[in-house]
Amino acid sequence: MTNTLTDIQESPGTTHASGRPGGRKPGSYTALRRLWPAVKPISWRLAGSAFFALVASVCGLVIPLILQKIIDGPITEKNLSGLWPLGITLVLVGILEGGLYGVRRILVARPCMRVEAKLRQNLYQRLQALPVAFHDHYSSGQLLSRAISDLNTIRMFLAFTAIFLMVNISTFVIGVIILLSLSWQLGLVFVVLAVPLIVLCLLFEVKYKVLARRSQDQVGDLATMVEESVLGIRILKAFGRSAHLGQAFRKQAMALRATELKKVRVVGALWAVIIALPEIAIGVALLLGVNQVADGDLSAGALVAFFFVAMMLRWPVDSLGWLLASTNETAAAADRYFEVMDQPLTVTSPAVPVTLPPSAQAGRLVFEDVTFRFPDTADENKDALAGLDLVLEPGRTVAVVGATGSGKTTLTALVNRLYDVTGGRITIDGVDIRDLALPDLRTAVSVAFEEPTLFSASAAENVRLGHPDATDEDVRQALSIAQADFVDDLPWGLDTRLGEQGLSLSGGQRQRLALARAVLGHPRVLVLDDPLSALDIHTEAAVEAALRRVLTTTTTLLIAHRASTVMLAEQVALLKDGRIAALGTHSQLMAESADYRDLLSSNAYTDQQEN
Amino acid sequence: MSTDQSWRGVAAEDTDELEHATGVKLQARSRRLLRVLARPHKRLLVLALLVVIADQVAALAGPLLIAYAIDTAVPELVDGNGRPLTWAILGYLAAGLISALMRMAFTRLAGRISQNILLDLRKRVFDHSQELSVSFHEKYTSGKVISRMTSDLDAISDLTEQGLDGLVTGALSVVVVAGTLLVLDLPLGLAVLLGFIPLYGVTRWFQRRSIRIYRRTRRHIAAVIVQFTETLNGLRAVQTFRRESRNAKIFDEDNRAYAHANGDVMVSFAMYTPAVRIIGNISLAAVTVWGAVRVVNGQMEIGVLTAFLLYLRRMYDPMDELAMFYNSFQSATAALEKISGLLEEEPAVPEPKNPVALPNPQGHVVASGVDFSYTAGIEVLPTFDLEIPAGQTIALVGATGAGKSTVAKLISRFYDPSHGSVTLDGVDLRDLSTTDLRRGVVMVTQESFLFSGSVADNIALGRPEATREEIELAAEEIGAAEFIHRLPDGFDTDVRKRGGRLSAGQRQLVAFARAFLADPAVLILDEATASLDIPSERAVQAALRTVLDGRTAVIIAHRLSTVSIADRVLVMEHGRVVEDGTPAELIDGVGRFADLHAAWRDSLV
Ligand SMILES: Nc1ncnc2c1ncn2[C@@H]1O[C@H](COP(=O)(O)OP(=O)(O)O)[C@@H](O)[C@H]1O
Ligand SMILES: Nc1ncnc2c1ncn2[C@@H]1O[C@H](COP(=O)(O)OP(=O)(O)O)[C@@H](O)[C@H]1O
Ligand SMILES: [Mg+2]
Ligand SMILES: [Mg+2]
Repeated sequence: MTNTLTDIQESPGTTHASGRPGGRKPGSYTALRRLWPAVKPISWRLAGSAFFALVASVCGLVIPLILQKIIDGPITEKNLSGLWPLGITLVLVGILEGGLYGVRRILVARPCMRVEAKLRQNLYQRLQALPVAFHDHYSSGQLLSRAISDLNTIRMFLAFTAIFLMVNISTFVIGVIILLSLSWQLGLVFVVLAVPLIVLCLLFEVKYKVLARRSQDQVGDLATMVEESVLGIRILKAFGRSAHLGQAFRKQAMALRATELKKVRVVGALWAVIIALPEIAIGVALLLGVNQVADGDLSAGALVAFFFVAMMLRWPVDSLGWLLASTNETAAAADRYFEVMDQPLTVTSPAVPVTLPPSAQAGRLVFEDVTFRFPDTADENKDALAGLDLVLEPGRTVAVVGATGSGKTTLTALVNRLYDVTGGRITIDGVDIRDLALPDLRTAVSVAFEEPTLFSASAAENVRLGHPDATDEDVRQALSIAQADFVDDLPWGLDTRLGEQGLSLSGGQRQRLALARAVLGHPRVLVLDDPLSALDIHTEAAVEAALRRVLTTTTTLLIAHRASTVMLAEQVALLKDGRIAALGTHSQLMAESADYRDLLSSNAYTDQQEN
Repeated sequence: MSTDQSWRGVAAEDTDELEHATGVKLQARSRRLLRVLARPHKRLLVLALLVVIADQVAALAGPLLIAYAIDTAVPELVDGNGRPLTWAILGYLAAGLISALMRMAFTRLAGRISQNILLDLRKRVFDHSQELSVSFHEKYTSGKVISRMTSDLDAISDLTEQGLDGLVTGALSVVVVAGTLLVLDLPLGLAVLLGFIPLYGVTRWFQRRSIRIYRRTRRHIAAVIVQFTETLNGLRAVQTFRRESRNAKIFDEDNRAYAHANGDVMVSFAMYTPAVRIIGNISLAAVTVWGAVRVVNGQMEIGVLTAFLLYLRRMYDPMDELAMFYNSFQSATAALEKISGLLEEEPAVPEPKNPVALPNPQGHVVASGVDFSYTAGIEVLPTFDLEIPAGQTIALVGATGAGKSTVAKLISRFYDPSHGSVTLDGVDLRDLSTTDLRRGVVMVTQESFLFSGSVADNIALGRPEATREEIELAAEEIGAAEFIHRLPDGFDTDVRKRGGRLSAGQRQLVAFARAFLADPAVLILDEATASLDIPSERAVQAALRTVLDGRTAVIIAHRLSTVSIADRVLVMEHGRVVEDGTPAELIDGVGRFADLHAAWRDSLV
């Protein structure tokens, strides 16, 4: 068996990530109905737009009548005096028709855009609020395709489909009433026509919505692949595997094409039937009508009028094809949208938050019997953290040491509730962190991640991320603690734009900026996850010296791999099997714990050097 | 370079208000691309046209048959002859059926053409973005590439899916009807053509206005996407530093700007379509009045006028569809401008046209007379020479910013030197095909990106044809197998996006396994052990000792422990090699490395 990236895209994880609808039945328009609150403010505009569209159609109908009058009147009578009023009426009605066309569009143009923007904004804000655990699962391409393509679909629905559904259905109903009044027998033919039409639409809906959904999911998968291909470009280039991924991409793109073609076939078939149905009705009406006229039951004029109206009804019926397709696509898109909007916000502020006691002598961080299991971990797998106890006294620094994958980073993520503990509790100054307002907690706890993230903003703004109102002096101080004075050498100093849309920095530079960001604003609790890993030795020594001053007054949870970093802490905790296996000073643990020695002793190297 | 080239590639992307000449060039470029894309589907397009003609003929036949039924069949029926009626009805049904079938055929054809074009375009953009060099991607941002491949493509699919219908049906009707009008009555027909002058005027107006606004929509939606992806990719930092509200504000700005631009387009369109409609209606009125005068004066038959008026109406109805088509066309043109710009970007590190084959690289690397700068004017490596004999392991050390990574990137051809050359076994890297180059040189950096998918798949990226045993062996060798076996599905565990299921150190181990599996002649490690704990690092080093045997290696590391396995140490400073020797020589000396080593020894405590 060969393992290729091609398979990657079809692994169960991705399918899960695309959030396919589980047991939900595809025929429901519930999601569509749920758009109502967003649409409600513009509903009168939609209705107005539909109304004007209807009036415009009426104008369109009046024009032939005027033409007929001109032909029957002035021209046949060869009397041009009557021509001018009719001609002017014609111009006016023509302008009115055109004008109403414009009015109907202008009425909804901006409001529909605003609805779309609002929905997108809501989605974005929801995504920012959703817990990290949610984002672990959902591929960002799927989220992006919801924010862009799906909302686009919904907007088009509002601006066109919804209006024409209203217009065309009312046109159809009005038309049928006129037909019935002209000849109830003939009219009945068109009433009967509605029956297969409705059945057909229901059948179509079941089939089409599944396809629409599949195609939208595939669009999301493609977006995911594109994103990965760009973010991973260095790896792909380093291994020359672009072509390999290209193949996987092609396969995905072909799958999307296949779905789209299936959709086209279904729509094509629907369309054929929808076009044929009124024609059959007209054919039948023709048979009946001509017979009625021949029998003298119907005047020839009435029959002409009947067909005139019947022909006018063809468009509302024919258009049902794309209206239905668009409606189903929108229903599927709305489904996808609400799937994300419905995700529970599991990490939230409590209803009645407790405030932290005033900060003098504060920052006592306590882990009490903390257990944590990643949401999707099968039960037989053991917890990532299993009954961890650890106390950090105010102003003290505790280094946590453990093997790769022992759960150190997981532990740090619990302190500011990126994840919530699944058992036990974490307290700061005696308050369970879940009883704190989330912003308060996250102001109190500052983190430097092991993989530093910079945003597309100036260096200064990146450092000020958690404290936008920090003074320049504070920023300077933070930068000097992190030995990040290299920012002065950047082209525009502190105002240099960084991040993806700006200057790219080396790993060590990013790490120092992230450290500066974390120490800014004197947090109650500082969490540093392997903060010096990418620094060269001289810089590391300088940062350590500067950090030491900060650490004497700040409660710090310090994750470390190297003895030199561990030395920054007063106490060291050894993390093993999800709990603290040993606690003491560095030299104590070196003396007492074989595991610890194994983890931190560098003798192996020095010995080799000596040889 | 010269100013008239400034529109090339993606250079003009962020400006909507282009000089007229530039705008014309961009539009020409995007239309050229559209033609290139449509060319392979000529036959299908012709077929689609025929189908539409058949559909139109069938549609035209319907009213005629009804007229026949009323004018002829009714009197015949009254006379007791039912046959004309039967024929009329059968004919009518047949016409309806043909029309329905043709519509179905057209829908399928148009769908096929549209999907083929999209597939083609997707592949082109994807492949091209992969071909473009790292330096391009560093500037362009991932969000923009994504927006090119998502929302820009959406705009084009709108055109190909719905536009084709409008264009073919609309253009056909207009041409046929205009021709008929001229034949029916030349003076009146010419009068109708006069109406085309204001029509042209408003279309020009709409064209100029809409393309500018559509450019704006493309730019704003790209900004929305960039912000969106950046937020999701940095979500932990966003939440930790409470950047949600600031982000929401930034997003809101871009999002509103996009909505506003879209609204502008819709408003322009809402002015354009009624203008077309009104021009049509006024020319209808003018023709009616003038026609009436002509009929009264005996210059024209009344029947001709009637037909004329009916046809005129038929001409302006499809004009709406043409306007819709034109609108999608403008939108697609703006999108194609961006896409064609991306496609036009030349890779800064291109594949050779005539590659030199190097099936069995030995690993003899020579950089001679190399100088290099990322940004013009700021030289990072001033004239750099380096020879690494095949099989030698060298360690590159020096302070941050000394240029170590730059050397690594040049040897692995992420960049090409401005002057001089880097050769592998005497062949310039620029003359090697990707396959040969990557058989020769592979680099592992501290950024250990994993793709979503299984652990095994991620390792296999190093050599896709590797067997499962080889994959597991590679993991075993560097000491990654142990943690992998502890994962829920072992090697088949999905690591999820960016490898989020694994810890940073575990990701680095997987990246190592990947590089070992690739089995290159030259292995470059750029701070690749930074996130590992000491025992893991030790395991990797033990593995390196065996793996690097007979292999050329360049190791960059701050922890000098790694240096111990090197045959030779180079100390870099400001882009120059300032010390060069065996580790033992340098440690015993009095140079920078001796200092560095002493400092490192101290840091070990
Ligand atoms: N999002 C996640 N879902 C499931 N398992 C995870 C996730 N993140 C990490 N793990 C697992 O949890 C363990 C601890 O990871 P981590 O805390 O990152 O380790 P480290 O101590 O190296 O920082 C690892 O075995 C890893 O595979
Ligand atoms: N992508 C880049 N664009 C512009 N300048 C860069 C880029 N990468 C590195 N540099 C600059 O080139 C110099 C050498 O950097 P680098 O080779 O990364 O050093 P090292 O790896 O020794 O730390 C530094 O001054 C750095 O700022
Ligand atoms: Mg970690
Ligand atoms: Mg470097």
